[in-house]
Amino acid sequence: MKWDEFFVTGDPLIYGADVSIVLTMAGILFYMTRYKKWKWLWTEWLTTVDHKKLGIMYIVSAVLMLFRGGVDALLMRTQLAVPEAKFLDSQHYNEIFTTHGTIMIIFMAMPFLIGIINVVVPLQIGARDVAYPYLNAVSFWTFFIGAMLFNISFVIGGSPSAGWTSYMPLASNELSPGPGQNYYLWGLQIAGIGTLLTGINFLVTILKMRAPGMTLFRMPMFTWSSLVTMVIIIFAFPILTVALALMSFDRLFGSHFFTLQGEGMDMLWANLFWLWGHPEVYIVILPAFGIFSEIISTFSKKTLFGYKAMIWSMLLIAGYSFLVWVHHFFTMGSGAAVNSVFSITTMAIGIPTGVKIFNWLFTMYRGKIQFTTPMLWSLGFIVNFVVGGVTGVMLAMAAADYQYHNTYFLVSHFHYVLIAGTVFGCFAGLIYWYPKMFGYKLNERIGKWVFWLFTIGFNVCFMPQYFLGLDGMPRRVYTYSEESGWGPLNMVSTLGGFMMGIAFLVLVYNMYYSFRFAKRETTGDAWDGRTLEWSTPSAMPPFYNFAKIPEVTGLDHFWRQKQAGKVEKLTAKDIKKIHMPSNSGVPFIMGSFFFVLGFGFVFDWMWMAILGGIGVIGTLIYRSFEYDDGYYVSVEEVLETEKISK
Amino acid sequence: MMQRLKPFLTFGLLIAVFMLSGCSDMVVLDPKGPVGEQQKDLIMYSIWFMLFILLVVYALTAFIVYKYRDRKNHKGYDPDNEGSHLLETIWWIIPIIITIALAVPTVKTIYSLEGPPEETKDQKPLVIHATSVDWKWVFTYPEQDIETVNYLHIPEDRPVLFKLTSADSMASFWVPQLGGQKYAMAGMETKLYLQADEQGTYEGRNSNFTGEGFTDHTFDVMAMSDEEFEKWASETKADAPELTKEQYDKLMLPGHVKEMTFSSTHLGFVNHADEADYAIKARERLGYEPLIPHSKAAKEKREEEKEKKQQEQEESESHGDSHAH
Ligand code: HEM
Ligand SMILES: [Cu+2]
Ligand SMILES: [Cu+2]
Repeated sequence: MKWDEFFVTGDPLIYGADVSIVLTMAGILFYMTRYKKWKWLWTEWLTTVDHKKLGIMYIVSAVLMLFRGGVDALLMRTQLAVPEAKFLDSQHYNEIFTTHGTIMIIFMAMPFLIGIINVVVPLQIGARDVAYPYLNAVSFWTFFIGAMLFNISFVIGGSPSAGWTSYMPLASNELSPGPGQNYYLWGLQIAGIGTLLTGINFLVTILKMRAPGMTLFRMPMFTWSSLVTMVIIIFAFPILTVALALMSFDRLFGSHFFTLQGEGMDMLWANLFWLWGHPEVYIVILPAFGIFSEIISTFSKKTLFGYKAMIWSMLLIAGYSFLVWVHHFFTMGSGAAVNSVFSITTMAIGIPTGVKIFNWLFTMYRGKIQFTTPMLWSLGFIVNFVVGGVTGVMLAMAAADYQYHNTYFLVSHFHYVLIAGTVFGCFAGLIYWYPKMFGYKLNERIGKWVFWLFTIGFNVCFMPQYFLGLDGMPRRVYTYSEESGWGPLNMVSTLGGFMMGIAFLVLVYNMYYSFRFAKRETTGDAWDGRTLEWSTPSAMPPFYNFAKIPEVTGLDHFWRQKQAGKVEKLTAKDIKKIHMPSNSGVPFIMGSFFFVLGFGFVFDWMWMAILGGIGVIGTLIYRSFEYDDGYYVSVEEVLETEKISK
Repeated sequence: MMQRLKPFLTFGLLIAVFMLSGCSDMVVLDPKGPVGEQQKDLIMYSIWFMLFILLVVYALTAFIVYKYRDRKNHKGYDPDNEGSHLLETIWWIIPIIITIALAVPTVKTIYSLEGPPEETKDQKPLVIHATSVDWKWVFTYPEQDIETVNYLHIPEDRPVLFKLTSADSMASFWVPQLGGQKYAMAGMETKLYLQADEQGTYEGRNSNFTGEGFTDHTFDVMAMSDEEFEKWASETKADAPELTKEQYDKLMLPGHVKEMTFSSTHLGFVNHADEADYAIKARERLGYEPLIPHSKAAKEKREEEKEKKQQEQEESESHGDSHAH
């Protein structure tokens, strides 16, 4: 490895990025030292095992990744705005769409939702924490380290450029030499560990830690959607782990699972990838469905319509999600019978999805609809997501997909589901539960600006792409000719993209504005909510969530209590000492070793990888000898926190 | 509230109008052969269903949101309305019916596209091997014993059976106006039937991402009368140079080349459907080393290529259109 291969050089954009990274780092170092924040950072955040704080860290990271992925997107849209643009060259463009796709799905959408799940689910089920708080911290740090490892690729070594699907043999050493593709392999592998652990952790949490009286069919819909998501994670992620490992063997140790030489089988990669990849799109859509269910019900002041049908349709979708992966390569020549079967299973997913849409609509029927910002995002979701849904059904018709496949028609479809579904869901959930996390609401007026800017920009950006697709514009091309006639629609699309960029900036401004000026909440019930998370007396739940574990008598327990005027007040005699887990720096340190391990593998520096590996195993061994059973919060402290006098 | 929904409604209408008026301009909806025709029919059929679904959902949303918005003298609030067996049954059944209505023609079309088009199925299809190499297309006419690079001649009104394979990355053979695509993969062979009903030049390309030169991985298809095709084929056989193994090996190097014509085929040296690693080995024989994209060497090479391309462009401009056919 030579230095000119280690640092990415030669592009003013990259030098700009180098400088800004160094300056930001220096700025943070200076600020933290000047204001003596290091200790606070360590004890309050880096070592925390509190699910709410971990959730916030997930969300903050995801918003940063949304920014990074968004900049990538705007760079691409800029290049495509006019025919034959010279802004980015082919290699650079390929790297950008690869990192954009990977970051958005793996390091933005999923962590954003897992962050919201972290904050909300234990509160919704009336639990003090998750089942394995320490493991939860490990999950976060492996995700974070995986994301950072992936992100530095653009200044050190060069980013992957084989697409987020990384089809073999394109992603092999012969056709994608250098560290780029290794970043993809190890960034995803390390983050994937965290996701799988989250899956196990929340499955156990939801099954085992529910408050007394909360039977499965009394769980709020967001908890249900999280439960189903965790099941999908547990079945899907091991497939990704194996696939990535096999490709790593191919690249680092000269095996031939997917390569051109030695009887390698490139179709095997496509199959493994989508066996994970299709369920993955449901991992990032089902929690969003859950969020919309909560919000639509809350702001219609009604119980969810068809609660049981909502659950069954979700379970059906989860099952189906493992039976449709071939629709990503109808054109691989699998034959008419196979394509017919997968066509039909894919279309069938539209049925339960349609049922959900109608149930949401009828949740509002005979309701009292309030147009708060979370509700606007939810309505926007319904209106825009169906466009993605119906075009999904069109793609599912294999004989027609031969024409849409690999075109902008597909690009538009999955952005209509991923943005109008997942991203709208993340925004809606963030705004809805913001008071739970920070003790105040985001400003509603600015929030509505964000909504309209973003939604209009979104449609202006992606609607033209359906037509570009039908006009034969393939995805992943870095430029096109004047004669193709694709220029005008691409220009429109780019303008829409920038509108969404502006909306994002306004959203961030809203966070700043509200931090400074928003009225602070005085109770835990900021929106007149229905589920348990709103029942905490203080705006932000204390680290132990509930001083007294609630007892649940039915669906929307808290709402019905309020209706009946029978909200229980805490009294001193309810308070007992509370057992809580201790903070630990080990997950953070383990994450750092994972970074060393990953970085070593990326550059094929085995000594470094081994060093990192020893560190990881060392921290595991250390942990297994750590006999820390946590500690008790005394009755006095609880009384004081809850502001109850004896 | 109507105020707020207006943008959505107007937008929906606009889309519908746009779709109906702009349809015929879009290549996929302007097919020039029976394969593309069938696909277009299926697409249009599905679009009507989809517009109907959108209409129902939007109308219902607009109605409910308008009627049950929170306001003074709000009427009809019923917090305990939490389900209805009748309604729920309706919206389980209707999507099932729609799915069946879509599935039947889909499956029919899938099966019909497996073979040559109905109208010409008693004609013997013309067989052409299409081989993708980074980033060029090699077309072999085994019966005519000729080979072309980056362009195709086909007779009109006769089915063409493409036997697709690749010398390296997975590519996708696509001529939108003639019909849908199929993958070309090293070490295997996929089959695709296409047919042109009109003479003319159609653009074809690889539509599955294969790295740096992917964007320009294109070719032209010229559909002509039977006689013209036969004439072209025999002239090519007589006039074009033979394809040597050395020359073929050079084609295996990643990069673009201009259109070429040969009076023999590469099937004598290799069929990539049986020998997946031929290109990799040829590159080794020629001493080709893949360059790390960010290395100095790679950048210099890229600059070189840019200059070469520019020069070629200038040349072709000064010589007029070099597109000989
Ligand atoms: C109504 C339900 C849906 C149907 C019927 C559907 C159908 C399809 C089909 C058939 C494809 C493959 C098209 C092709 O490659 O030619 C596809 C691709 C894709 N879908 Fe969906 N989909 C649905 C929902 C979703 C959701 C909820 C998401 C994510 C939140 C999603 C994300 C994607 C992505 C990312 C791709 C692109 C894959 C690639 O890179 O090639 N889809 N969908
Ligand atoms: Cu294959
Ligand atoms: Cu899929």
